[in-house]
Amino acid sequence: MNPTRLTQYVRIQIPAALRRFTDQQREIELEAATVGEALQALAARYPALSSHLFTPDGSLRAFVNVYVEDTNIRQLEGLDTPVKEGTRLILVPSIAGGHQ
Amino acid sequence: MVRIPEHLLEAIRQYGERTYPHECCGFLLGTWEGDVLHVQQIKTIENAYEETARTRRYLIRPEDYIQTEREALEQGLDIVGTFHSHPDHPARPSVTDLAEATFPDFLYMIVSVYRGHARELTAWKLAPDRETFESVTINQEVLP
Repeated sequence: MNPTRLTQYVRIQIPAALRRFTDQQREIELEAATVGEALQALAARYPALSSHLFTPDGSLRAFVNVYVEDTNIRQLEGLDTPVKEGTRLILVPSIAGGHQ
Repeated sequence: MVRIPEHLLEAIRQYGERTYPHECCGFLLGTWEGDVLHVQQIKTIENAYEETARTRRYLIRPEDYIQTEREALEQGLDIVGTFHSHPDHPARPSVTDLAEATFPDFLYMIVSVYRGHARELTAWKLAPDRETFESVTINQEVLP
């Protein structure tokens, strides 16, 4: 363990469509230093959730947006975006489709 | 199974007719009661695609999702699914719908609109293996 490493507890808000995988929990508190670590910790705690967040090669699925408070991590540092104690992450699916 | 009041089904049909020949879209708000999904409200959303693409595609911005989720929570509801129209096409999930599908418990309702008139309205959810959609029975509620 690296004694200089600082981690914080962050909260991830779980959409209703994923709560069957989180024992119906609306919000999960996890220890992480970055957004990526938080998502990996979430997937480790709830393995059945993993395939709906990540592709088989481990990339975040394209339709999964992660917001740090009100900002999409794609406008920050992506999965490397650092988090602070008490940061709230929101999982927001991109909703799209059509007949063609 | 999904329970939804008759007037909300009619509202989806009418919105699909109003936006024809474009695809309409919106959110389904409600609650889960065991294995039964109870849709209690709908919220129409403007299709975020550019004009030329709206006849065959729909897109809801993440910002609209966040705003709607906040409004839903204030009423003790959740976003439980979405609806969209298929202008001049069957109310069946397309290859695009499958490619863009999100989570297994997210309900997708589709209304077919032919020549401006709504016809079939169906409900679907993504299979756990993410390979296909499964049909969901719609239990229409007639409120007093």
